[in-house]
Order: sequence, then C-alpha cells, then structure tokens
Amino acid sequence: MADLVCEHLNMTFTNPQTGAAVEALKDINFTLKKGELLSVLGPSGCGKTTLLNVMAGFINATSGAARLGDKLIDAPGVERGMVFQQGALFEWLPVSRNVDFGLRMKKNDSAENEKLVEKWLDIVGLQGFGETPTYQLSGGMQQRVALARCLINDPEVILMDEPLGALDALTREKMQSLVLELWKETGKTIMIITHSVEEALLLGERLFVMAPRPGRVHKEYNLPFAERGLKESLREIKHDPYFSEVREEILTMIWNMEEEIMGRV
Amino acid sequence: MFEWLSDNRASVAAVLIILFLGAFVWSIVVGRKQARLTATDEVFGDPVRTRGGWYWSVCGVSALMLVWFYFSWGTGRAYFPNAANEMCQIAKLEEAVSPIKAALPIGSRYYKSTLLASRNTAQLDDLQSRLAGTVFTEAEKTELEDLIRRIGALIANSSNPSDMDQQSRDELVGLVERLNELSAFIDAGPGDLTPGEEALAQPAWGTTFAEIPILPVTARGMLFDTASVEAAEIAAEFNRIRNHVPENDRLIADIKEQIDALKETNETGAFDEQVSAEREDYVKAVERIFKRLDDGLIFPAAALADVNTAIANLDASANSAQGGLRFADAVFFPGPGIVKSRTQCTEQGSARWLPKPTDVVATFMRLANPDLENGGGYRGFPLLWWDWLPVADVVAFFVPDWIADAWPGEFASHGDDGTITPNFKDKLLAFAQGEVSLGHIPMLDGHIWDSLFRVLVALGLGIFLGVPLGLFMGVSRFFKSFFDPLIELYRPVPPLAWAPLILTIFGIQDDGKIFLLFMVAFAIMVISARTGASGVQLTKIRASHSLGASDRQIMWNVILPNALPEILTGIRIAVGVCWGTLVAAEMLAGTTGVGFIENIARTVSDYELIWVTILIMGVLGLVFDMIMRWVIKKTIPWRGMG
Ligand SMILES: Nc1ncnc2c1ncn2[C@@H]1O[C@H](COP(=O)(O)OP(=O)(O)OP(=O)(O)O)[C@@H](O)[C@H]1O
Ligand SMILES: [Mg+2]
Repeated sequence: MADLVCEHLNMTFTNPQTGAAVEALKDINFTLKKGELLSVLGPSGCGKTTLLNVMAGFINATSGAARLGDKLIDAPGVERGMVFQQGALFEWLPVSRNVDFGLRMKKNDSAENEKLVEKWLDIVGLQGFGETPTYQLSGGMQQRVALARCLINDPEVILMDEPLGALDALTREKMQSLVLELWKETGKTIMIITHSVEEALLLGERLFVMAPRPGRVHKEYNLPFAERGLKESLREIKHDPYFSEVREEILTMIWNMEEEIMGRV
Repeated sequence: MFEWLSDNRASVAAVLIILFLGAFVWSIVVGRKQARLTATDEVFGDPVRTRGGWYWSVCGVSALMLVWFYFSWGTGRAYFPNAANEMCQIAKLEEAVSPIKAALPIGSRYYKSTLLASRNTAQLDDLQSRLAGTVFTEAEKTELEDLIRRIGALIANSSNPSDMDQQSRDELVGLVERLNELSAFIDAGPGDLTPGEEALAQPAWGTTFAEIPILPVTARGMLFDTASVEAAEIAAEFNRIRNHVPENDRLIADIKEQIDALKETNETGAFDEQVSAEREDYVKAVERIFKRLDDGLIFPAAALADVNTAIANLDASANSAQGGLRFADAVFFPGPGIVKSRTQCTEQGSARWLPKPTDVVATFMRLANPDLENGGGYRGFPLLWWDWLPVADVVAFFVPDWIADAWPGEFASHGDDGTITPNFKDKLLAFAQGEVSLGHIPMLDGHIWDSLFRVLVALGLGIFLGVPLGLFMGVSRFFKSFFDPLIELYRPVPPLAWAPLILTIFGIQDDGKIFLLFMVAFAIMVISARTGASGVQLTKIRASHSLGASDRQIMWNVILPNALPEILTGIRIAVGVCWGTLVAAEMLAGTTGVGFIENIARTVSDYELIWVTILIMGVLGLVFDMIMRWVIKKTIPWRGMG
C-alpha cells in the first residue's frame, strides 16, 4: 500500500543572473491513495509541470517533501512512470524496442520481454506494429506506444503531463477511454495533467484546480465521472447536467484567474 | 586489347567525339521536347521544376567532353592525325629562318642595323655631353671629342651604300638568290619526295613522351623538312656576312691607336685614386662602343631591303604550300600552334597544359598496370595492387621490444665454444623485432592504397578517440570545460600550418601524416559528437531515467544514437578535410601517395600525370562521399524525425 504524499511542498526558481525568484509551487499538501486517479487543471504557468517534475524526481523541491509510501522522492525511479506530451519516443528504435526499453535496461530475459511486448501492444491496440519505426506512426499511436512503454515497467504511479494535448478530438476521446480502461485493469495510481476541463472531469476521480503566483491548489473536487466512464459512453456523461454545472464552474474559475494575471501584468 | 586501343587512340577519340556530339544534339532535342510538355503546369520558382532532367546532365557532360577534346587538340588529332607532324616541319622552317628574320623588319619591326646605329649614336652623344665636366685636361678633351666624332663616322660610313665594298654586296646578292631558289623549291611542291622508313617507324603522335614525331611522315612534311635544312644553311651564311667598308679600315686603326694612348696615359699618369677611376671609366665606355662598331654588323638599309623582300616571298611560298593545313590549324588547333625548339616539337597554348582525354586514360592505365618490370606503376611502386606482407612485421609493429627486456632473466651470451643457444628471452626479442617467420598475408599496396591507408587509419583513430570524448563533453561540465580550451587552441590553426612541425617530429612517412590527419579528424569528431550529445531532447533523457536506465545505459542507448546524425555528418566532413590535407602533406614530403605523384609530375611539368592525379583524387573523394551518403541513408533514416 503505497500512497503518493506531498507535504508542504515549495518550489522557487531563482534566476541566477537577475536573482529574480518565481514561486512556482507554494505549500502543496495532498495524499493520493493507491489506485486513485487525480487530474490537475489550471491556467498556464501555474506550476502543474513543476509539480509533476517534483513527483517524478526530475527536480528537487526547495523545501517540503514528496513521498511514495515511506520512500522519499529525490531522483527518478522505475516505480514512477512518466508519459510526456510529445511521447518522447526513441525514434531510432522500432515500436517494440521502445516498448521494452525499460525491461532491456533491467536485462530481463529477452524471450519473456517479447511476450510482454506482444501483450502490451495488444492492450494499447497496436498489434502488428512491433517492427514499425516510431516516426512512421501517427500522434495518437505514438502516445499509445509511450503508454505501453511506461506500463510494461509496472510502475506504482503513472505521471502524465498533458499526454493527450497534441491529439485531435476524436483520437483524444478514444485515448481517454483507454486511460480509464487501463486504470481499471491495472489499478494504478495515476496523476494526469491536462488543459482541457472536460478531460479533467472525465478522467479525474479527484480533481485539483491550481492557481498561479504562487502556484497552489485552489480547489479540490471529488467526482463520480471517472467511475461512470468505465461503464457508460463518455459522450453521454458529457450531457449529464451535473457534469455541465461543474464544467461551467471551473471554466469561470480559471477564466477569472487568467483575467487576474492579465490585469496584474 | 589495351595496347591496341592505346596505339589507335586517335581513332578511338574520333569515334568518341562523334558519340559525344550525337549525345549533345540528342539531349538538347529531348530536353526541349520535355520542356514543352511540362511548361504549362509548373510556375517559375516551383521546386518541381528542378526534378528529373537527366538528359540535361547528358548534355552537360557531353558538352564538357567536347570542350575538353577541342581545347586539348584531341579533335584535331582525331581527324587530322598528320597535321601536327606537318606543323612541326613548318615550325622547323620557321625556326631555321628565325635568325635572319630577327635582323629584319619582317621579324622585329626594325633592321638590326638601325637599332645598332641609333643606340650607339645615342651613347656617343651622351659621352660627348658629359665630356665637359670630366677630369681630363683641356687638350685631352679636344682629343676625346675628336675620337668620339671618328667613332661616329664609323656608323655613318657603314650606313652609306656607296661605301660598301664589292665582296659584301656580292655576298648579299648571293644570299637573296639562295632564298629565292628556296621559295621556288617550295612553290614547286613536294614532287616525288617520300618520307623515309625511319620516319614512318616513329611512334604515333601522343603515344610516347616526346609528343609529336619529329621526322616528316608526309610528302608535304618532307618538302618543309628539306627546305628547313637549306634555310638553316642560308641563315648560317647570313650570320657570317659582314659589311666590309674600306673607308673604315684606316679609321679603325687610328681609333685603336688613340684609345691605346689614352690608356697608357691613364696608367702612367700617377693620378689620385678618384681621378684615375673616372678617367678609366670614361675611356672604357668609349672603347666599349668602338668594339661594337668595328666588326661590320651595321649594313646600309638599302642593302638589306632585298633580303627582307626575299624572306617575305619565302613566307608567302610557305603559306601557300601549307594549303588546307592552314584551315585545320586555325580551326582545330586553338592557340599558337606548334613550336620547334632544339630537339622537339611541342604543343603550345591550351593543348600544352590540357592533355587529351584519351591520353589521360592511357596514362592512367599505364600507371594502373601493376607489372612494374614492364613500365607499370609509378617510380617502382604500383598505383593500387596487393603484395604479400610478412605477419612478423605486423606483430613487431604492435609488440614493443621492451617486453623482452622486461622479461625476467638475462639474454644469452656466447658459450665457451663460441656458439649461442638462444633462451626464451632471446626468442621473445626476435619476435618483438619481427625476425621470426610467421608466414605472409595478402595486403593492399600502391600509391592510392598508401593515401587511403593514411586517411582511413587517421579517421579511424579520430573517430575512436574523438567520439567518446565529444559525447562526454556533451554531457559533463568537467569534460567540456577541461578539454574545450585544449581543442580550440590547436583546431583553428590550418592543418597544413602544423605540417612542417608534425612531419619533423613524427617523420615524413606514414606516422607523421597519420598524426597530422588524426589531429584534423579528431577535432571534427569531437565537435560533432559533442553537438550531437548536447542536442538530446531533455524529455527523452528524463523518460529513460524514469524507465530505470543507468547513466552508462543512457549514454550508450540514448545519447549515442541521438548524436549519430551529427557524428556521421562529422565523419563525412572529416573525410573531405583529411583527404585535402593529406594530398598537400604528401606534396610537402614523402615518397609514396597520390599527392607525391602529383608533386613529382609538377616538377617535371608532366601535365598528363597532373591531370591523372587530379582525376584520381576527385574520383576517390566522390566515392568516399557517396559511401558516406549511403551509410547515412541506411543507418539513420529517422534523422530529424524525433
Ligand atoms: N527551469 C525553470 N527556471 C525558472 N523558472 C521556471 C522553470 N520552470 C518553470 N518555471 C516557472 O515556473 C512557473 C510554472 O511553470 P510550469 O512549467 O510548471 O507551468 P505549467 O502549469 O506547466 O504551465 P503550462 O500549462 O503552460 O505547461 C512558470 O512561471 C515558469 O516560468
Ligand atoms: Mg506544463
């Protein structure tokens, strides 16, 4: 039972030349239980990526601590898988070598690897694409490779930074279903950052709306839509009056934050 | 087969020229037709307009070949194989007559006599005007003035036709007669003159180093050759003729006496040093002019006018006897034509430095022939061949002698009976020194291989050491900051500026050159690997960290492949730069290699060889580049796709 915990997390970027400091994160506190799905929403520049980078261990917080179970997060690790906006695939390797990259780094048995690759390509719907060069795949397919590459490593937590941001609406919807399916099947803890309010509502069992300057959690929601999305069609959920209500509320909230930023600038 | 082609290269060229001409015309026809077909659906500036069009390449290549054939006189030789031989005979006549022409307006604007008269008169006038300011006594000055006037009189007497004596007149008349007879002989045509056997046995034009066969092989050539012999005699005769002026005989004796008296005074007069020097100088100047005038080289202009006319007539006869050859010369032999000098006839103008395409191929084939005993190779070394290399040499190269020294024990010394029983340590030494027979392996050999070997070894070392260093510099602050100044200190210096130093330290053979090229390749590889390594997307690095890769695994599996496009481009550039530097280094020093051949060819003005080496280097450079392009296409199809 490993929860993802943030305690009084502060992150301040200081420009080494000017000495100007940006408070990217200020006093972030939350506990994400195992198997929870958290989506993070907020205006541009409010520190979402920074938060995720701290959780992934790419950067170290100025103060406070992030923990997975009782392990302090201070470096990247296999137990925390990452999915980036642009896939960040290794374009010199074919799909299957991308997917089993983590396994190969662990020097696993290659026959077993092969089986796992087959399985995961199947799950993400890329059967038969094993030998295709990644640069010949569409954006959606590349993102699915990235998902498979992350999941094959069997991480405890999956961190996603706008994983569906670059996709068209239809592909995006399919991928949202896929994420929900994977969540249900694997029972992983997932933290997903998004710009789309609808996506955040659909995917987020829990939802943080962050506010900028300093970056902080402005409001937290607990939502039923992710659970429902496992059984119902996502499009129907979007027509639910409660869904619309929350969406409008959040949109207004973020709109006001943006206005505030503009006004201040 | 090749022998036959080589001996018949003029005919081969004739066929080739027709083929190229055909290809040229054909490609223009096809190209214009294609242009009409596509003209309507492409606007100007549309990149599609540059696609395809291989027929224009045919057009360009054939045009280039035709220009080459033309200016190298390849066309002329192909269709007028005897023209050069005949032009050589004409050049012989020209050479024979040239001493006469040089003394006449027809050859040098003025009569030589005119020039002598005016130059010496001017100098006498100068002496005269300086006389007043000299250190001579008044009496001496009057005497000197008289002397100068008398010397002037020598010129006047020589120039006066009525002062000429009968013998000189007769000689000039005889000369004119002989010239006219020669003209008549040329006018009469070759008649039954036939080329001799020796002439016909000469190698054809361009097949030996002496470019143009010197003995006449045609009737017309015989005519000019024969005429040139007579002309040479006439010229010798002309040079012997002196203008004997009886008037001058007594004058010359008087002048001599006067000058001698002056010299005498100079010597016995006990003048101080400066005065003595000035007096001597002046008298010497007077004497010098006199010496130039006492040998009858000045003729009256009227007396030479007939000779001038006779030579003009001779030229006219020679011109008309050339007939169609003059047309061929003007159209197919661009440049000043052929000049005869001493023992050979040489091509002048573009043909002098631009060898004919067929000759270049022939020279290349001659060099490429590995049969050294029969004139193959260059300087006793083949162009590109193979040889048995003793394995012991290779081993000795890698196993240093000190290994034997370091082995425990002593080297064997001779025993009481004077014999030596080698122990293991001795055997180890023999092994390290390459004195053990280990059999032979076949190995490439030759000038081209030597050049290639140097480039490849240097490049290999450069890649092997430069890429890792560059990668580390791309990811590590220490490596970057520590090595950057070192490399940037030597890299900006042109490699050839290092050459004298490096060649002195490492020797002019392979070691020095390889080290020089290594320096070049190393810097390029470091910089390209570093650029490639530091250009890796951060998200890829982060992704691989999250996937559990260790630093070394990331280096090997992520950074290296990511830098591969830059590394391969670096290799491509390094090959080009190394190749250029190598040739220059081989020109500086050494005894093998393509650059060495070119350097020797340069010192002996062997233009064919120079062009052969240029073509070899061009082709090898092209092959290198094509291989690299192929490798790049095959290994990194994903370049720029990430
Ligand atoms: N390496 C850095 N150095 C200095 N400031 C940084 C750095 N990274 C982020 N910041 C600042 O921190 C703040 C938060 O950045 P962050 O990238 O986390 O925003 P975000 O919420 O992910 O925005 P977006 O939605 O546009 O991706 C911004 O004001 C940014 O300027
Ligand atoms: Mg971001």
